[in-house]
Amino acid sequence: MIAELGHFALILALGVALAQASLPLWGAARGDRGLMAFAGSAALTQFLLVALAYGALTQAFLGSDFSVINVATNSHSQKPLLYKITGVWGNHEGSLLLWALILALFGAGVAAFGANLPPSLKARVLAVQAMIALGFLAFILFTSNPFQRIDPPPADGNGLNPLLQDPGLAFHPPFLYLGYVGFSIAFAFAIAALIEGRVDPAWARWVRPWTLAAWSFLTVGIALGSWWAYYELGWGGYWFWDPVENASLMPWLAGTALLHSATVVEKREALKAWTVLLAILTFSLSLLGTFLVRSGVLTSVHAFATDPARGLFILAFLAVTVGGSLALFAARAEALVARSWFAALSREGALVLNNLLLGAMAATVLLGTLYPLFLDALTGDKVSVGPPFFHAALAPSFLPLAIALGFGPLLAWKRGDLPAVTRRLGVALGVALAVALITLALADRHAALGAIGLGLVAWALTTPLVELAERLRLFRAPLAESWARLRILPRAAWGMSLAHFGVGLMAMGVVASEAWQTERIQALRPGDAVAVGPYKFDFKGARELDGPNYLALRGHFEVTRDGRPVAVMEPETRRYPVPPMTTTEAAIRPRLTEDLYAVVGEPDGEGGFATRLYHKPLVSWIWLGALVMATGGALSLSDRRHRVGAPVRARRAAQAATGD
Amino acid sequence: MRLRYLLPLGLFVVLGLFLLVGLQLKPREIPSALIDKPVPEFDLPPVQGRQRGLAARDLRAGEVSLVNVFASWCGPCRVEHPLLVELAAKKVVPVHGINYKDRPDAAAAWLDSLGDPYDRTGADLSGRVSIDWGVYGVPETFIVDRQGRILLKHVGALRPEDIEDKIMPLLRKLGS
Repeated sequence: MIAELGHFALILALGVALAQASLPLWGAARGDRGLMAFAGSAALTQFLLVALAYGALTQAFLGSDFSVINVATNSHSQKPLLYKITGVWGNHEGSLLLWALILALFGAGVAAFGANLPPSLKARVLAVQAMIALGFLAFILFTSNPFQRIDPPPADGNGLNPLLQDPGLAFHPPFLYLGYVGFSIAFAFAIAALIEGRVDPAWARWVRPWTLAAWSFLTVGIALGSWWAYYELGWGGYWFWDPVENASLMPWLAGTALLHSATVVEKREALKAWTVLLAILTFSLSLLGTFLVRSGVLTSVHAFATDPARGLFILAFLAVTVGGSLALFAARAEALVARSWFAALSREGALVLNNLLLGAMAATVLLGTLYPLFLDALTGDKVSVGPPFFHAALAPSFLPLAIALGFGPLLAWKRGDLPAVTRRLGVALGVALAVALITLALADRHAALGAIGLGLVAWALTTPLVELAERLRLFRAPLAESWARLRILPRAAWGMSLAHFGVGLMAMGVVASEAWQTERIQALRPGDAVAVGPYKFDFKGARELDGPNYLALRGHFEVTRDGRPVAVMEPETRRYPVPPMTTTEAAIRPRLTEDLYAVVGEPDGEGGFATRLYHKPLVSWIWLGALVMATGGALSLSDRRHRVGAPVRARRAAQAATGD
Repeated sequence: MRLRYLLPLGLFVVLGLFLLVGLQLKPREIPSALIDKPVPEFDLPPVQGRQRGLAARDLRAGEVSLVNVFASWCGPCRVEHPLLVELAAKKVVPVHGINYKDRPDAAAAWLDSLGDPYDRTGADLSGRVSIDWGVYGVPETFIVDRQGRILLKHVGALRPEDIEDKIMPLLRKLGS
């Protein structure tokens, strides 16, 4: 009964979305305020209905209602409560419903907080938003109904893939979706702007907070996924350039570019057509990612239930959404003329460089991800594109990006003065060179790579600090003045510096763990010892033991450094009977400066066990950096100036004062 | 309308066509390097409780045969098992099994309880022989011709349509 209620609510939501996608557009074209205002109430209604449907599915999971196929296939009566709740989105149908829920939530957000938007823009944004919702709701109802019943119901469910029974992964999809779907608002604003033929600073001020929020969520989502892969898959890596991972990285890169180009529109009324195109592309890449993940056109280690029929539906949806919006762009972009010019060497110029490099990186990832498909389609050859390609192809873009990240914020708008900026960045330049030279002198392995990498990292870490000091006129003005400046420094400025600092932290983790990681793979017999970096691992043996719903093989390592005991590490290999699969539980000793990582595998039949041991310097800085970046985004978001509509209100007040 | 504004749409159309073609492709069907090659040299003892082991010479004995790589701990193997039992009962082709990295008693119990379709079995405890066969995940199924050459490799659990559309036509062509 409750499942049917959810199903019914979803059908109603589809109807509401249909009305929301059409009537307000008509109203906006005819200037009918009533029809335009309908968009807001429709968006709120749609959200309530989708939330009801989502609640119904959650109830089915909580109550272990195995007459619902989705619950029977993906849940189990003995599953912990947390995983019953997160299990709702741990499968294809449920995750789409979560997507639709977040989409409706964002739409309702625009409806509720958009009181200061011009009515026609608001109506059009919500109508475009509803068109996307229409596509997803139809997709759910026609190809992936989560409420389908089964008769007779099975006595118990199949259970959730044990790899997914993990808090890190449980919260990875909602963050990702908050990111992907958040970009749909920027997309809707872009389409509405193209329909109206107008992009102005007010438009950019509207788009920025939504993009910023989406970007921060996506950053956290990707970091969670990478962290999970690191500690749960037991391969010792944190990023595998798998199509599913790349699918989330592409919209992130494009979204980062959008975040930067939107400032140019806001401050200088330039790059309008480009920014609109970026908004379209960012969301298109989110949709493309969905297509790649669900259609099975690419081989991925991520085992999603793939289905060509679903793939065809998403492709058709992609063709309509992306093709339609790019056609609209081709027809209307010319109307979006810049109101200002700028020299190549200026803040705008630096942001264009940022966009070019991030765009090139996104294109590289897209090419590398789809290359196997292109080749298979053209010649029938099967290949896979691995980390060597991505590393070699992305490094040339990342190096100048990291350098520009230091210069950009100090350059003046319109026309910058590079010699002056270089002088002001002298400290950072000195630190970077010193770090590079010291690395070159001290490092015994990978010295050149490490020196360039660490020098760059030092640059990326010091320039945000120099930039902050400049804003505060630190050491150049009396301390009292710096203090006063500190107190009025906008949060957006803090946010930017923090986010840029986060990039440096993350790069530090990547460089250090790539250049100075020690990896030892071998078969060990009880009593054997291996040196891993500065540590010695004594293998004391492995024994079998029973877990609550699995059989485990647990290895026992005693780790010492210079003879002093450091840690006892007990990695496990778990074999689950239902559903049958094996997982690796790596033993990790995480520290701010280094991680020790141990994995034990199958016995080799001759008394030994396959083992992998790693020493990874600074690897945790990668996720720390991502967290700092997302915090920077959130801090910037909390800036009063971003608080939607504030400028409009100010302008209205001014107009009222002049009697205009 | 200036041409450069049309560029993104043009690129997207090309990409879309590729994706459409991509939907028809099967990236998981990796051609085996062993197709049309002789089976690797091996000689395995039978699974516990069975009499006839499996060796390369058995597959060159002038008979078309089906070789199935399985394990008792493998879920998909359980799914395809009834199909193998059925195929063996029809006696269209001798079905041989390579038991991949299994505990001897578990493999024996599995065959005793679910039915034993295998004419010959080879217990590959270390997994070395399976590596020579290019096995990268159980179950896998091979068709071997009279001279002992591998003609077909199927990765993953057999479904009824795989037997109908892939295996039976090939066996008919070979006249078995």
